[in-house]
Amino acid sequence: MRPMRLLGLKTFRHGVHPPESKDETSGLPIRQFPFAPLLIIPLVQHMGAPSIPVVEEGQEVERGQRIGRPDGFMSVSMHAPASGLVRRVALAPSITGRMVPAVYLEPFPGSTQEIENGTPCPLDSTPDEIIAAIQDAGVVGLGGAAFPTHVKLKIPEGKFVDTLIINGVECEPFLTTDHRVMLEESKDIFTGIRYLLKVTGAERVIIAVEANKPDAAEHLRETFPADLNGSVEVLQVKYPQGAEKMLFSALLDREVPSRGLPLDIHALCCNVATAAQLGQLLPRGRGIQERVITVTGPAVKRKGNYRIPIGTPLRFLLEHVGVADDVNRVFLGGPMMGATAPSLEVSITKGTSGVTAFTNTAAERTHSPVYPCIRCGYCVDACPIFLDPSTLGRLAATEQFSTMADEYNLMDCFECGSCSFVCPSHIPLVQRFRASKAAVRKSKAGAA
Amino acid sequence: MASGKTLEIRTSPHILSGYSVDTIMFNVVLALLPVAGFCVFAFGLAGLLTLSVAVVSCVVTEDLICRATSKPSTVGDWSVTITGLLYGLTLPPGLPLWMTAVGGVICVALGKTLFGGLGYNTFNPALVGRAVLQAAFPVAMTSWIPGFAAGRFSSLPLSTLTLPFTSPEYDAITSATPLALWKFSREATATSDLAMGFISGSAGETSSVFILIGGLYLIARNMMNWRIPAAIFASVFVFSGALYLVDPTRYASPIFMLFSGGLMLGATFMATDMVSSPMTSRGCYLYGALIGVVTIVIRTWGGLPEGVMYAILLGNAFAPHLDRWTRPTIYGAKGKEAAT
Repeated sequence: MRPMRLLGLKTFRHGVHPPESKDETSGLPIRQFPFAPLLIIPLVQHMGAPSIPVVEEGQEVERGQRIGRPDGFMSVSMHAPASGLVRRVALAPSITGRMVPAVYLEPFPGSTQEIENGTPCPLDSTPDEIIAAIQDAGVVGLGGAAFPTHVKLKIPEGKFVDTLIINGVECEPFLTTDHRVMLEESKDIFTGIRYLLKVTGAERVIIAVEANKPDAAEHLRETFPADLNGSVEVLQVKYPQGAEKMLFSALLDREVPSRGLPLDIHALCCNVATAAQLGQLLPRGRGIQERVITVTGPAVKRKGNYRIPIGTPLRFLLEHVGVADDVNRVFLGGPMMGATAPSLEVSITKGTSGVTAFTNTAAERTHSPVYPCIRCGYCVDACPIFLDPSTLGRLAATEQFSTMADEYNLMDCFECGSCSFVCPSHIPLVQRFRASKAAVRKSKAGAA
Repeated sequence: MASGKTLEIRTSPHILSGYSVDTIMFNVVLALLPVAGFCVFAFGLAGLLTLSVAVVSCVVTEDLICRATSKPSTVGDWSVTITGLLYGLTLPPGLPLWMTAVGGVICVALGKTLFGGLGYNTFNPALVGRAVLQAAFPVAMTSWIPGFAAGRFSSLPLSTLTLPFTSPEYDAITSATPLALWKFSREATATSDLAMGFISGSAGETSSVFILIGGLYLIARNMMNWRIPAAIFASVFVFSGALYLVDPTRYASPIFMLFSGGLMLGATFMATDMVSSPMTSRGCYLYGALIGVVTIVIRTWGGLPEGVMYAILLGNAFAPHLDRWTRPTIYGAKGKEAAT
């Protein structure tokens, strides 16, 4: 009976089927991660302007206390993940390879680490009050993009949202954080949904779950509050099903206009872990101090789903879980879109959904020789945006950036990596497109 | 963790599907082996020598060109082996071996390397070589020895060992292919004989069954675009079927058209060459339909009994254009128009 149902499941066109590799951690309950002796909290963990530090070197802070205030609307607050002493306010390495302003915090070893509550934001607040509270709680999209949530929720005059989609797809191989959050924090998720419905004015909510998490879908259905208008939809297992554009076409049969916003099709998508954070933080007036991440991959000895303080250095994390001697590559996020850590001194931030470490053997397969494009068309059949990665790749090799952008819709690529994944010639297509997009933006900026 | 360990920085994605050009090409070679085996079974030593000389001449040419241009040898990607096998399978088994060798050099040097090597050839290299031979040696290329001759494993046809640059002599027993029989004397061949290969013809064109087995294997492994053979078979069937309905005495039956000559081999293994065929789904259907229609036009109204080779070469020329004409509408393009 299951295969028959699977055939009837909703999905989008194209996409790929990487091995899921989730079995080793999907059954492990979320565990609390200890405090590192020194937390390094970058003040840019989101898309937008860095937060402005409101603490000084040598100052003692309580866990949950605000240590950074937003610099304008496109910015969020930052909170202390632990009670401790501010050692420094200085630059620190970030995942992009650039140095960013950060707060170095030394947790008090003997502290009970009670969390400081702020002013609660009750559900009957006005949408604007809730939006301000979300910005103050420092909430950003926890799926990986780390876009400030309050910015997304600010519906401009004349626009409206009819459907709110809660994204519990988690299509990245290896990662199981959303899966565990759905199983263990459904109450917070539904509280968060109530806030989101209130702010957006949406009539209904759809919680999207991939078919490889039947327990999560069932649990959410069982606990779905009777007074909420909405449903839990199980989607076919396929990458990148969790991209919001793919969710809109699978669930609503609507396409976000090219270069447009989800608001143009009256929909809004929010990650399930983000909803859970809202449900936890807003009623207590707290800010984000920790998040759930999956630490996994062939090189990790004690794999698991951990609730980890923001600012935990990668080196401490890896030492704590233990890594194999032949560890070769560590990246933040899953294997399809995750960025390689440029150094072990970078920290876990709000947008980090997982840490994956590969051994030499696991990484070997990506060292295969590069062949010329044989026009097999695998990438054309994989691209969820229906681009022509083969031709784009050839154009990129000869740096014909304007042709790529003007005639082959380069700028619509959202860098899911499906084309590189299927390419039998092992051409680093998506990397070429990232570089090409940067070149196009640069020349546009130069022209303007 | 131990200090002094080196970590690698690479861009995502960090996993690959595991498909590789050389594995795809090697599997195509595997899929061709039953066809080649049947060729040897049907034509004996002549078949074996034709295939061997074809493969060796192609592989050696590619290797020598790589050496001459100081590039690492590309023989290991197996694609030139496919070219050699396919080229050999399209030749009449009694063809003088020196001609086979000349054609092999042309396949690789003119059909592949001159265009830039793997991935850049506009036309199927095997067919380029064959087309040159067809033009240069029209008689030798249409002199067929019968299959299943007694003593085929112990003796060779006279023509096979002809000295280079001399004209071949033929045994008394050359015979006509089913297409030629139909074209020039309106004589039909039983479908079962066509399917099983109990006929005369080019080395690897005679057994539709083994060709289809190889094709199905590649389709099952997602190493062949099934849309191309499907479109070719459909267009051949519909077009020749329509003609057959008009006048069954003048036009051959669609079943005969499907199973005779090089259609099966061409549609399954030549037209589907990834490099020279379109990439989009709609492009593949149009490409297949074009090849099917042109084949029937040449077979029915052209001067030659067979037209698959020219039909595919014409299709190859159209392939990049078909890709451009059938480029899919991107996600969100409709909304863009509505919004503006």
